[in-house]
Amino acid sequence: MYLYNEFDDKFVRARVNQFRGQVEKRLDGSLTEDEFKPLRLMNGLYLQLHAYMLRVAIPYGTLDSAKMRQLAFIADKWDKGYGHFTTRQNIQYNWPKLKDVPEILDALADVGMHAIQTSGNCIRNVTSDHFAGAAADEIEDPRPTSELLRQWSTDHPEFQFLPRKFKIAVTGSPNDRAVTKAHDIGIRMIRNDAGEAGYEIIVGGGLGRSPFVGKVVREFLPREDLLPYLEAILQVYNLSGRRDNKYKARIKILVHETGIEEIKVAVEKNFLTQKKYFQAPSDALVSAIEDYFIPPKLIDEDVKGLEEAMLKNPALRSFVDTNIEEHRVPEYAIVSISLKPIGGTPGDATSEQMRLIADLAEKYSHDEIRISHEQNLILPHVHKSDIPALYDELKTLGLATANIGLVSDIIACPGMDYCALATARSIPIAQEISTRFNELKLEHEIGKIKIKISGCINACGHHHVGHIGILGLDKAGIENYQITLGGDGTQNMTIGERAGPGFSAEELMPALERLIAAYLDIRENDDETFLNTYRRLGQAPFKAALYPETADA
Amino acid sequence: MPVVIKDGNFVEDQFIANGGGFTSLGKFGQDSFEATSDLVGLDVPNDTDPADLAGFIDHVDAIRIPFPTYADGRGFSIARALRQMGFKGLLRAHGAILADQYPMALRVGFDEIEVPAEHAGRQPQSQWRESMGRVNDNYQDRVMSPTQPKPSAA
Repeated sequence: MYLYNEFDDKFVRARVNQFRGQVEKRLDGSLTEDEFKPLRLMNGLYLQLHAYMLRVAIPYGTLDSAKMRQLAFIADKWDKGYGHFTTRQNIQYNWPKLKDVPEILDALADVGMHAIQTSGNCIRNVTSDHFAGAAADEIEDPRPTSELLRQWSTDHPEFQFLPRKFKIAVTGSPNDRAVTKAHDIGIRMIRNDAGEAGYEIIVGGGLGRSPFVGKVVREFLPREDLLPYLEAILQVYNLSGRRDNKYKARIKILVHETGIEEIKVAVEKNFLTQKKYFQAPSDALVSAIEDYFIPPKLIDEDVKGLEEAMLKNPALRSFVDTNIEEHRVPEYAIVSISLKPIGGTPGDATSEQMRLIADLAEKYSHDEIRISHEQNLILPHVHKSDIPALYDELKTLGLATANIGLVSDIIACPGMDYCALATARSIPIAQEISTRFNELKLEHEIGKIKIKISGCINACGHHHVGHIGILGLDKAGIENYQITLGGDGTQNMTIGERAGPGFSAEELMPALERLIAAYLDIRENDDETFLNTYRRLGQAPFKAALYPETADA
Repeated sequence: MPVVIKDGNFVEDQFIANGGGFTSLGKFGQDSFEATSDLVGLDVPNDTDPADLAGFIDHVDAIRIPFPTYADGRGFSIARALRQMGFKGLLRAHGAILADQYPMALRVGFDEIEVPAEHAGRQPQSQWRESMGRVNDNYQDRVMSPTQPKPSAA
């Protein structure tokens, strides 16, 4: 994994000291709260209803045990003993005190971490495939490119005060696990017909109140041109993006209103200028960083004991069925650790759990841990012989829930309980869904399905790309939940379609039960997923299940 | 009186003192324009496409770009684009710039900052001097430089 060199360390320390100074300036009145705001936001510090919230970046979702232990230490010392892993490969602390924040940032710098640009209208923490470097279907590890983007975007003098926030995601696999088409810029590592490595650049995707599927602005960008090309997109956006309405300020609106063809022309023209100023080819910069991402030395040993252990323990079998993904080395596995215990809060981990995961990463996963945008943790390099022992240890702290990709593996935003913007609760809804389908013992029969819940129109729970999306709104003081169907966040990104009128909190669960029952009834066979059934049959049968009164009439 | 910040110091407006004056882009663009000062300064609104200024940059001594609020960063891109187009004259940022934004302004090519007196009163010279120290040692110089040292994996 990337290790800070002297320059990185010096930079991050200087930034901490700068922020310490800004906190002092705020406290002595030389900065007004209004002026302090953009500065604290550049350092990941939000002001919520009752307290500050600190958002810490986990660049491209990669951690090691030392970093994880430090996150646990921070949770214990300056927060309430837990942290919340978000849908953007960040961890959030909900209760830091302003005066303690510089100290927390120092503690992060001690392990090569920071909270720089995790908020504000700048280029945010770059996200990537959480199976990077391990997945069997990967063309190339996207993390060296992501790390270069972290460096290029950090404290970029021109792009700290953009019209709106700016998110970049990178994937190195044709199976897009990084939701690149829902980002301001999505980058897919590809090869052209001649076999040369390059990037496909997608621009203007996004969720939020106006969801858009990103559009290809450059089909094949040679690797050497990456930074000047992104510089060009950002300069065009900074000069032309709307600033009159914050809800229309993202680049997706600029692309939508201007048209991708015109944007393409502007970017290509600007690119020719920027190319003159980037004297180092980007591919050389990426290869220099690749030295940090040399794959771990895996052990060449046959798998022993796993089959026998699964025969003895059906719960272990179920865990292996759901929480294991194919590793590029067949004797190895990618193990997902669900942070969605039945009835729990999606994405929360206690300091004790973080420490256990750090220990297990050292013991079983070549000291590597990943954070997914689906709010789960991953041990990317586990020898299959070690799975039974790993499972037993995960179980001791409630971390062995076998539900990855299933109905209870729900993405939910913090919702009204924790977020000032939310108009409805979302975590309690997620808890109710997972508890109910667990009671019905239907989870494994239903199979792969993605339910995503947002507590307001800003769509932090990604409901637009949920196979079943749930959007909580406030209708005259009463929570109302709208259901969207058929969304998909992969390389085939599709925005879900609204099924009809919303449901009250009480009506929601029965409606979802009817919906799932209808699916089980009409699917072609056990292997046809909810999404595929929806695609085959369209909305009508699902709508009929959701609104039986209308169907009868 | 607004305050001009140059090299981290609060200084007298030397452009004006040396006989300069600012005129609007609209006026300057007219055929009938005649300079009324020895040095010609151009006020460029921050919604201008820098490419539209290509014909002007060799005929003015200074360009001043407004920052209506600190959160409106268009001026940073306009300044950089003007320098990339070859503008060699004085480049001044004008308005609600924070001391903490000073290094960004310098790095995109501004020479000096003009802020309202009230603003300067709350953000004294010491803060600008301190933030000026953050201009060097940045990531962008490293990724743009042809002599980027190959980092050694530890």
